Amino acid sequence: MDEISMEISLTVNGEKITKTVPVRQHLVDFLRIELGLTGSHLGCEHGICGACSIRVDGAVVRGCLMLAVQADGTEVFTIEGLTETGEIADLQNNFVERNAMQCGYCTPGMLVTAAELLRDLKPRSREDIRNHLSGNFCRCTGYHAIVDAVEKTINKRLEDS
Amino acid sequence: MKAPKFNYIKAKSRHQALELLDSLGDEGRIIAGGQSLMPTLNMRLSQPDTLIDINQIPDLQRIAVENDIVKIGALCRHADIAQSPIINEHLSLISQAMYHVAHVAVRNRGTIGGSIALADPAAELPACAVALGATLAVESINGRREIAAEDFFKGLYETARQSNELLVEIMIPREKSDDVSVFMELAQRHGDFAIAGLACLARVKNKSFEKLRLVYFGSEDKPTLARKTADAVIGKTWSEKRRAAAIDALADDLDPMENLQGSASMKLHLQKVLTGRVLDTVIDRGGIE
Repeated sequence: MDEISMEISLTVNGEKITKTVPVRQHLVDFLRIELGLTGSHLGCEHGICGACSIRVDGAVVRGCLMLAVQADGTEVFTIEGLTETGEIADLQNNFVERNAMQCGYCTPGMLVTAAELLRDLKPRSREDIRNHLSGNFCRCTGYHAIVDAVEKTINKRLEDS
Repeated sequence: MKAPKFNYIKAKSRHQALELLDSLGDEGRIIAGGQSLMPTLNMRLSQPDTLIDINQIPDLQRIAVENDIVKIGALCRHADIAQSPIINEHLSLISQAMYHVAHVAVRNRGTIGGSIALADPAAELPACAVALGATLAVESINGRREIAAEDFFKGLYETARQSNELLVEIMIPREKSDDVSVFMELAQRHGDFAIAGLACLARVKNKSFEKLRLVYFGSEDKPTLARKTADAVIGKTWSEKRRAAAIDALADDLDPMENLQGSASMKLHLQKVLTGRVLDTVIDRGGIE
């Protein structure tokens, strides 16, 4: 069978992009290979690990479980875009301060997933945070520090609000 | 790994999707949320000739109540269902189940129609559909068919849907004010596949079960409605003895398959534990009224 391609137009980190992509290419390969946005990581490539988490039309999704052609007409944010807008600067600082990353491979996915919890700002228990992050693996098993960093960010935002 | 080569068509309307399904036969494969299909594509466990993407089809994402029936469009995402005031008000069992359905990123994409049409034996929604007495509507170019959930699930990833049919709507009678529903599941990690799970719809009057539907998942090749277990308590005054009789009867209803989540005997044991917990919870909640 020939490789079948299709033209797509979407917004990535605020920038309008039109490209022709193979229909079988998943969204994270598109972001990494075609656009050079290597912040979204590929771990398992079958929806288990969460390293490829990105935001599509405002909701966190597994980038490896969505085809690039399915992102046609959508608004995509990767960790690069979320960093640029400053939306999660406090969370990122707390990750650094709490040493909530060891090898760092899971970190972009953790941040993008946690960002969704932060947007709906209300008090969260550690169990709530763990449940929300349950789809993101940290192979270094540094979960405790990650939950600390998210918890601290939520509490600080609540304090300041 | 990377997905194999395939053709891809974005269906613009229900009619177009049904025509494609009919003309492509087994070579066409529907993709909705893709949360189960994409992994099998990436691992090359499935190699469809053509993917028919139904995400753009309008009017498959509605949730409404009509004549005591909650109608859920097949394309409704798990996240939408979890946040729907209609579901929360009328289908408590599904609200409870949503807490256990996968992880947030998967809930944001995965659909109720996909979960039911795939019929994974460890999935929550097929079991809820059977427990609640749902009716599933499928469509082909020849028209619409409605199938009771109890008749829909045939076996491992096998349903009554024909290859030219599209699951379009899930119709569920709303829970009555004196119904009690309880959903429990055991998994290794929150949101993972169930080791064992139980969806229950019941009615209790004067400390006695008037109605009891117990549907077990994560055990056999499809959701299992346990009639003998229910019969052990229906119409009888609730007691420790009745509780024990129901748990004993489960071995006659349920014959779990071993899988990566556990051995057959461990699953049966856990389902017995869940049975006791669920019945206790029903009695507690039913007794408040």
